[in-house]
Amino acid sequence: MTAPASPTPSAPPPAPGADGRRRPPLGALSSMPRGGTATVALILLLIFVVIATQNPSFFEGPPLMGFAKKAAPLVILAVGQYLVIVSGEFDLSVGSLVGAQVVIAARLIDGDEAMTWPVLALMVAFGLVVGLVNGLVTTLLRVPSIITTLGTMLVLFGAVRFWTGGAPTGALSEAFRVPGRDGIENVPFLHQIPWALLIAAAVVVGGVLVMRSPYGRTLMATGDNDTAAAFSGVRVWSVRTLAFMASSLLATLAAVLIGGYAGVTAQVGQGLEFTAITAVVLGGVVLGGGRGTVLAAALGALTVEALFTLFNQLYLPSTIQPAAQGLIIIAAVAYASRRGELRLPGRPRRRPDHPTEHTLGSSRR
Amino acid sequence: MRVPPALLAGAAGLALVLSACTTDAPDDEAAEGAGLSPDEEWFDQEEFDTQLAQRDITPEGDPEQPWLQAIEPEWTDTGEFASDDPGEATVCFSNASVSNPWRVTGFITMEQQVEALQDEGRIGEFRVSDAADDDNQQISDIQAFVDAGDCEAIIISPSTTATLTPAVETACESGVPVIVFDRGVNTDCMVTFIHPIGGYAYGADAAEFLVDELEPGSTVLALRILPGVDVLEHRWAAAQTIFDDSELEVLGFEFTGGDGAQIKDLVSQHLQRGSVDGIWMDAGDGAVAGLEAFEDAGQPYPVIAGEDELSFMRKWDEEDITAIAPVYSNFQWRTPVLAASMILAGEEVPSEWVLPQEPIREEELQDYLERNADMPSLHYAKFGGEDLPGFPEAWTDR
Repeated sequence: MTAPASPTPSAPPPAPGADGRRRPPLGALSSMPRGGTATVALILLLIFVVIATQNPSFFEGPPLMGFAKKAAPLVILAVGQYLVIVSGEFDLSVGSLVGAQVVIAARLIDGDEAMTWPVLALMVAFGLVVGLVNGLVTTLLRVPSIITTLGTMLVLFGAVRFWTGGAPTGALSEAFRVPGRDGIENVPFLHQIPWALLIAAAVVVGGVLVMRSPYGRTLMATGDNDTAAAFSGVRVWSVRTLAFMASSLLATLAAVLIGGYAGVTAQVGQGLEFTAITAVVLGGVVLGGGRGTVLAAALGALTVEALFTLFNQLYLPSTIQPAAQGLIIIAAVAYASRRGELRLPGRPRRRPDHPTEHTLGSSRR
Repeated sequence: MRVPPALLAGAAGLALVLSACTTDAPDDEAAEGAGLSPDEEWFDQEEFDTQLAQRDITPEGDPEQPWLQAIEPEWTDTGEFASDDPGEATVCFSNASVSNPWRVTGFITMEQQVEALQDEGRIGEFRVSDAADDDNQQISDIQAFVDAGDCEAIIISPSTTATLTPAVETACESGVPVIVFDRGVNTDCMVTFIHPIGGYAYGADAAEFLVDELEPGSTVLALRILPGVDVLEHRWAAAQTIFDDSELEVLGFEFTGGDGAQIKDLVSQHLQRGSVDGIWMDAGDGAVAGLEAFEDAGQPYPVIAGEDELSFMRKWDEEDITAIAPVYSNFQWRTPVLAASMILAGEEVPSEWVLPQEPIREEELQDYLERNADMPSLHYAKFGGEDLPGFPEAWTDR
C-alpha cells in the first residue's frame, strides 16, 4: 500500500445497469475513475503528506509496514461492506461478528495449537451462517437490512456475553496469530512484509475481479435498481444473500487478523461496523447501492486509518475518533449525493421500499 | 453550483494542513509536562494522602484471609438487624455489571462464597440482578428489591456514584441493612461500605515503581482506558502527582478503551517516534498487546506497571520483564456476602471497611503464578477464592 497516491487510470469497471452517460469534462481529474476513487486517493495523499511533516520517519519502511498491518483488517472489512452497500443494503453486524469470532476462537482454542485449524474451519462456517441469515432475513422476510443486521449485531453481542459470562476467556494459539502478527522477515528496507498486507491486497484484487465478473455486474445492477434487475432476470434475493455471506466471510478473515494482531481482549471488534461504513462512504461508494468501486472502498479504509494515525501524531485524544468518524460519514455522503445530483439530473431515485420481485415472464407489472 | 472534486479535495487537504499547524504548538507543550498537574475535579489531596498512608498500616485481622481484614475499622453495632433464622434470610444483590474480566472473576468468587455460607446456614436465598452498566436499570433493580419487601439485606455494587446515590438512600429507608462495595456513593446511610484502599493508592503504586526503576530522564507513556470514570481518574491523578515530582519525562497519555489492537497500535506509533522506557497503565487490560508492540518493533521491553491479570503476569515471568502488578483487590467480592451474614447474626462490622490492597512484586510473582497455574489468562491473581467450595473448577470452567 505504498503507492496509493497514483490512482490507477486503468479504471474499475463502469457500472453496468447504471447510466451510460459520459461525464462532462471538468478538467484533468474528471477523467479519473468514477465513484470517488480520485478524490479519496487525493485525500489519502494529503493526509500522508501531513503525517510526513509531523513524523518524517513514517515512510522509512517498518513504520509504514506497521501501518499496513494495522490497516489490513479494516481494508478487508471495507471490501465486504462495499459488496453489501453496492447491492443496496447495509451490514451493521460485522463489528459484533469480529468480536464474536475472536472470542469463540480464544475460548475453543484455549492455547492448544492442535485446535487452530478445526477452530478456523468452524469460524468460517459460523461466518457463512451469519451472512446467510442476514441475507435471507433481508431478502425473503423483507426486513430492511439496517434492521436485520442491527438485530444480528445485538444478538451476537448478547449471545457472546451470555456464553462467556460477560468477558472473554481462553487464549489464541501461536499459529492462529501468525497471519495477523508475522510476515516475511528480513526484507531489505521494509524489514518485514506483513502477511496481513498480502492478505488484504489479495482480498482487494479478488474484490476487483468479482466486480468485473458477471456476478459483480449483476450485484451492481441490483443495487442500482432492483426492480429493473428483477425484470431482467436477476434473482435478487440470491445475489444479495451472497453479498451478505461474502461480507460475513470477510469479517471472519478480519477477525483472524485482528485477533492475531493483538490477542484477545474484551473490547475487540467494538464499533468496527461504523469504521467500515465510514471507509466505504469516504471512498465515494453511494449508500443505497449501484455505484462505487472496490478500490475506492479500500482507499477509503486506508484514509480512515491514516486519519486516526494523524490524530495520534497530533496528540489528539483517541476519544475524538467517533466524532470525527461521524463528521466524515455525513460530509462524504453529502458530497457524494450532491455530486450525484449534479451529474445525473432527473435520475429517478431508487424507491426506498423493497420492490416486489416478479418472476420473469409474468405479465403483471 | 459545480465544484470539481479536485478543488474540494484540495480544500479539505488544505484545511487539514492548516489545522495540523495550528494545533501543533499547544499540543507540544502538553506533551512536555503541562499535563502533569492533576485535574482538580479528580484530585483530592487529603484523600490522596490518606490512601498513601493506608498502604503502610497493618490491617486488623488474619493475614491469611485478607477479605476479612480491615484497615483502621470503626466497628458499628448491627444488633437491630439480627435475624432469628439467618439460614432462611434472603440476601439481594444489585450488580452494576459483569462486563469485564475483573468483574466476572469477582462475581464467580462471590457466588462460591454464597454457596459456602448457605451450606453453613448463615444466609438463605441469594437473589441477583445485573444492570449491564445501565444506571437506570440499576435504579429500578434496587427499587424492585425494596418493593418485593422480602430482602433481609441488600448488597449494591453501584454502577456510578452520583446517579445511584438516591437509589441507595431509598434502599436504606426501607429499613433493611444495605451493604455497598467497590465504587462508592455520596451517602453514609449504608451499614457498611466495603472497598480496597482505592484508586490513588493503585496509581501511586504503579508510578512509584516506574520512578524507582527508571533512570532520571527516561520516557514514560501512560495508557488509560477511558476518561471520566472516577476510579480510573484517581489512578491517573495520583500518577500525575508522582511523575510531576520525578525526573521522568512523561511522553503523554493515550485513551485505549482497553482494546488490545488500539493499545498495540498506539504504542507502536510512539516507538516509531522515539524510545519508550516505561509504561504506566490505569488498568492491566491489554498490557500484553502493549509489550508485543516492543517485540514487533525489535526494541527492549519497557519497565511496566500492569495489573494482577494472569496474561500479563505470565508474560512478565516468561520474558523476565521489570514489572509490577498493582492490585485492585479482587477478593473484595467475597466480603459483602460475608458482611451480610455477620449483620444477619447481629455481629459488628466496620462502618467503612477498607480492605488491604497490596501490589504483587517480583518476589511474589512465582508464588501467585503457581497458585493460579490452572486459571485462564483473563483471571485475576488476587481473587482469594482458593479455600472456597468449587475451587478450582468454578473459575477454570467459566
